[in-house]
Amino acid sequence: MSDLIRQSAATLAAAIASRETSAVEVTQVHLDRIAAVDDKVHAFLHLTGDSALAQAKSIDARIASGEQLGPLAGVPLALKDVLAMKGEPTTAGSRILEGWRPPYDSTVVQRLRAADIVILGKTNMDEFAMGSSTEHSAYGPTHNPWDLDRIPGGSGGGSAAALAAFEAPLAIGTDTGGSIRQPASVTGTVGVKPTYGGVSRYGQIALASSLDQPGPCARSVLDTALLHAVIAGHDPMDSTSINAPVPDVVGAAQRGDVRGMRIGVVKELGGDGYQAGVAQRYTEALNLLQDLGAEIVEVSCPHMEYALGAYYLILPSEASSNLARFDGMRYGLRAGDDGSNSVEQVMAITREAGFGPEVKRRIILGTYALSSGYYDAYYAQAQRVRTLITRDFNAAFEKVDVLASPTAPTTAFKLGEKLNDPIAMYLNDVATIPVNLAGICAMSLPVGLAPEDGLPVGFQFMAPAMADDRLYLAGGALEAALVDKWGHLLIEEAPSL
Amino acid sequence: MSSATDVYLPYDEAISRYEPIIGIETHVELGTNSKMWCGCSTAFGAEANTHVCPVCLGLPGSMPVVNRQAIESTIRIGLALNCTIADWCRFARKNYFYPDMPKDYQISQYDEPLCFDGYLDVTVATDDGPQVVRVEIERVHMEEDTGKLSHTGGATGRIHGADYSLVDYNRAGIPLIEIVTKTVIGTGKLAPEVARAYVTELRDVMRALEVSDVRMEEGSMRCDVNLSLNKPGDGWGTRSETKNVNSLRSVERAVRSEIERQASVLDSGGRVIQETRHFNEDTGRSTSGRSKEQAEDYRYFPEPDLLPMAPSRDWVEELRAGLPEMPSVKRARLMIEWQISEFELQTLANSGAIERVEATIAIGVDSSAARKWWTGELLRVANEQGLELDQLNVTPQDIQQVEVLIASGALNDKLARQVFEGLIGGEGTVDAIVQSRGLAVVSDDGALLAAIDEALAGQPDVAEKIKSGKVQAAGAIVGAVMKATRGQADAAKVRSLLLERLGVSE
Repeated sequence: MSDLIRQSAATLAAAIASRETSAVEVTQVHLDRIAAVDDKVHAFLHLTGDSALAQAKSIDARIASGEQLGPLAGVPLALKDVLAMKGEPTTAGSRILEGWRPPYDSTVVQRLRAADIVILGKTNMDEFAMGSSTEHSAYGPTHNPWDLDRIPGGSGGGSAAALAAFEAPLAIGTDTGGSIRQPASVTGTVGVKPTYGGVSRYGQIALASSLDQPGPCARSVLDTALLHAVIAGHDPMDSTSINAPVPDVVGAAQRGDVRGMRIGVVKELGGDGYQAGVAQRYTEALNLLQDLGAEIVEVSCPHMEYALGAYYLILPSEASSNLARFDGMRYGLRAGDDGSNSVEQVMAITREAGFGPEVKRRIILGTYALSSGYYDAYYAQAQRVRTLITRDFNAAFEKVDVLASPTAPTTAFKLGEKLNDPIAMYLNDVATIPVNLAGICAMSLPVGLAPEDGLPVGFQFMAPAMADDRLYLAGGALEAALVDKWGHLLIEEAPSL
Repeated sequence: MSSATDVYLPYDEAISRYEPIIGIETHVELGTNSKMWCGCSTAFGAEANTHVCPVCLGLPGSMPVVNRQAIESTIRIGLALNCTIADWCRFARKNYFYPDMPKDYQISQYDEPLCFDGYLDVTVATDDGPQVVRVEIERVHMEEDTGKLSHTGGATGRIHGADYSLVDYNRAGIPLIEIVTKTVIGTGKLAPEVARAYVTELRDVMRALEVSDVRMEEGSMRCDVNLSLNKPGDGWGTRSETKNVNSLRSVERAVRSEIERQASVLDSGGRVIQETRHFNEDTGRSTSGRSKEQAEDYRYFPEPDLLPMAPSRDWVEELRAGLPEMPSVKRARLMIEWQISEFELQTLANSGAIERVEATIAIGVDSSAARKWWTGELLRVANEQGLELDQLNVTPQDIQQVEVLIASGALNDKLARQVFEGLIGGEGTVDAIVQSRGLAVVSDDGALLAAIDEALAGQPDVAEKIKSGKVQAAGAIVGAVMKATRGQADAAKVRSLLLERLGVSE
């Protein structure tokens, strides 16, 4: 295994800029790594190697001509297959979009290109981002590099696994109820769900528009911050995008300081139902933060217990509408069009053939929740709960700077273990979902391995909307202390495959 | 249940037994430069699918951004219709499937329209003179148009039986507004006229605001007519909705026909069913469409891809201050300024001549002359050729030039008509046509005297009569001269030259 694939994005960028290595070499070693291990991991659905190498070549030429490029120029990245990339397959993990090549770039991809970040390929995901294990991908599951029999989290399991398998130093995920943070948690990587509206959704195939948020994934807090700074900022193509300066996340990650910081422990997110090793590493991390000078305060968010219920009404409601356009009329799969079926029948046959069971489940749930006669009891009521949860967070942030919780109740579970029990699967996101409902920001970073299974445990920081820099300030400090303790990032303990 | 081929109850009988309740929903395509959610062009008639982008095609991942000009137009319409403008409102998604709907939901406004609670006063002619009817407006809301399907193969041009269907998305995402009236009660037998007068007035308001070209034949303005009948004293009846009525005349005919149809259903002991109906312009009757017995559930919910709208009060007041003169106010003013009756004004309005006349007056032409040409000669030609006045190849500047020539004696009315014929025929400018057709009045005394002498020589008996003092006989000679000059002489001048020649005085 080449040394280059173990380097941080920041290190690689510096080496490329100083011409110690080249973007082409860096790209090629990652493509080689993917070729060597991805049949085991299955992080990628589609590689864009040719365009990546061409892009890397042009970056090298520009550096050779003395051009000053951005702080991540030439660094490879794995892109979740839910973001439109012009001319390249974009499936959202679904059969219904098989073969579709978008005629446009999502804003995130435009910004990656503008920053000269090299896109290696599209990563696997739960179909339309519905799931917590990447087992709901129509193209087969992704495997957790720490233990190939286990799930890499979901829905962004492909992006997280690509980082943990050293196939790419940077990745993009999208987080609707935890799809960046929970995969980060179970793969020992770092993932941030930015403030809602902090990163443009334009070009992200929508799951639930009011919850979806693209965000950065990497193996260290600083790399995550560098990527965050590239993709964040106002986009006139997305009405819900925030028109305000992006907080200085990179500066915060570099400073990494919790002295005097008040860290709230959410009572409702730290109690029962957590795996013993998860609870243990979480408590140790809190103690470490205290040692670093933070004040730990217990806060209560009494409506959190209703978050999961509200989420599983709002998400399917919006999803049922967002997924309506996949009807076989304009792009992607069309089934039943043999002249014997009506338009309506072709739509029905296409959707039957193109959507997986989890997608169908949620479309039916959402259609029901929005239907007249049930709207007030379900959708409207869920929106009221959402408001109460937002108020809980606002009240908590009056008292503390950031909030903390374990990211996920367990370490990576076995493939297949929860596949037939949707509720058990949904419970995995219990600590991440409230953040999406409230539109605030959160980070998951690794705080050790659970003693009982040797698998990574994730720790979640939550901060108010547009205070994303606080995540990096706290995360940077915690990560530095852990590196001091272990002598390296946790990810270095991942199997070499 | 009745069908299109049934014998309908005659209107007078129907209306003597039942009271109609009407409601009209009018869709107006706004004349913005770009579409509702993206920058694509809204130009009509372009090659299929050339004015499209990921947003208006609803491609996966694309997102809408509201067109500010469309909001502004809608607020102006709301203000013109005396509506309250919402402080805060949202878009909603209306979920249903149709092959020409890019997203399979329509972004619309549902329970939170931008404008609500207004009215429009309309005037209808009755036996007792003009009567003003107030039509109350429930709401004015914004939405987006769909694409357009064309069905190939099959005999009817409809989707059933077609071999395949093509979709043109150029129209998809063009801003639409829907203006919904409250139920209009108490119009009695005037219901069809009220409906027509309302839509006409609405069209004139849109024109005055310059927010839409309101061409009903191109579908940029289209009406759905809701109608129910009840027996006086009974509760409200079941309504039908006649969709996409595409001319002013059809609005009136659709109401009349539906009153006749529903009355005959009720009279024969039947039950009116709630349904949509399609109006046939050829027969003047409607046919049954989709039944609304199982009403569609559109599963409305607030559109999460768009922020709520909160138009500032300052902006609304600025827009109010900038509203143009409303058509009804303008009509009242013109009646005074032009000294014409309501009937004359109506004629002008119906012919679409008001703007032309105004523009002509604005460049200095006398108002009666401007009216005379536009509503006389030019309207006649336009009607003959099946064109609108503004489609004729005649401008207010042309009228002005013609009038200048008439004033100078170089043209008379008869010759002027020939000039217009030349203009409409594309023969060039006024001057060029006068030249090429040789239309200038013959004013050369020598030429006229020669013609007079010739006429006198031809009718010596008449010449004698005149000389003997029978001046009234001069007409015969003048007529002969006019004939000889093909009308290009000034008759008064010919007459005075003739009398002078013969040494006779009046």
